[in-house]
Amino acid sequence: MSRTLAYILVMFISTNLVRVLPLTLIRKPIQSPFIRSFLYYVPYVTLSVMTFPAILSVTQNPVAAAAAFVVGILAAWFGRSLFQVAILCCVTVFLLELVLV
Amino acid sequence: MTEQNRKNLARGARNGIPISMGYFAVGFTIGIAAKNAGLTPLEGGLASMLNMASAGQFAGFTMIAASASFAALFLMEIIINARYLLMSASLSQKIDEKTGMLKRLLLSLCVTDEIFGISIAEQGKLDPFYTYGAYLISMPGWTLGTYLGTLLGGILPLRVMSALSVALFGMFLAVIVPPARKNRTVLVLILVCFAASWAADQVAFFDRLPSGTLIILLTLVLAGGAALLFPVSDDTLNQETAGSEVAHE
Repeated sequence: MSRTLAYILVMFISTNLVRVLPLTLIRKPIQSPFIRSFLYYVPYVTLSVMTFPAILSVTQNPVAAAAAFVVGILAAWFGRSLFQVAILCCVTVFLLELVLV
Repeated sequence: MTEQNRKNLARGARNGIPISMGYFAVGFTIGIAAKNAGLTPLEGGLASMLNMASAGQFAGFTMIAASASFAALFLMEIIINARYLLMSASLSQKIDEKTGMLKRLLLSLCVTDEIFGISIAEQGKLDPFYTYGAYLISMPGWTLGTYLGTLLGGILPLRVMSALSVALFGMFLAVIVPPARKNRTVLVLILVCFAASWAADQVAFFDRLPSGTLIILLTLVLAGGAALLFPVSDDTLNQETAGSEVAHE
């Protein structure tokens, strides 16, 4: 097996372990307020730290990426759907880089 | 499978169509990340089919590109997908408690932000077949999108690639920002996360840690700190799981 396939297998096992264990094992609500709160905050923290400042280094021009970051926050704040927010970010970068790059 | 199960399966599939279309588009950009990490189109598609996890796959491909260890990748996926733990736990309360092990297992494999969102929104108890229907429509969109993204990523103009590369971050923002509007603690937490992540990026020491370790550290410290300082009430936990609103739009 290639190393890449081994990586994919590791991802498959760990990602789905997280999904499978609660539904198959827990038949009562989680009681610990700390664990419940921790799990509640995890997605916000993980996605936040993955987005910024990483977004600034994926485009040809960091200014265009910063603009997309702001546009994305505003669009999401004002209730645009997941798909719309993603597209607006892309369009922002594309248009700005026509000028900047 | 009863007649009611069949109806729910079809209804889930119908409600899964917009999810599938969104997945196809975002899957395409995940495919570009897969290509950058050295995966072939088939490997990219396989990873998507087996994982169905945008943030998890994005982080995973980044770690594959950096030749991370298997243990680091394993831990990273556990942490970054920890929200599925909560969603899966939440769904365990939403189904009939007599639901058998196989149905539970299959249901758990369907958990994504969006599919969880439409499943938890069902009136009363959830029929797992509704969720199976949504999954059966969404998964091919995600997989095909990734396959094509990995295949075509390299031959698209640099301009287009550059623009597409922010799509995933836009999707992350669409998941975390709307709840922040309603919940001040989440809003402040996100701002603190941006600041802490930026500050850590400036510190040369963190560059030497294995890839992904910084995200794990920041998550443990910041989510742990927030949980200690601002325990979440049961009402909030039941109403506002991240990602659960996205699917309603």
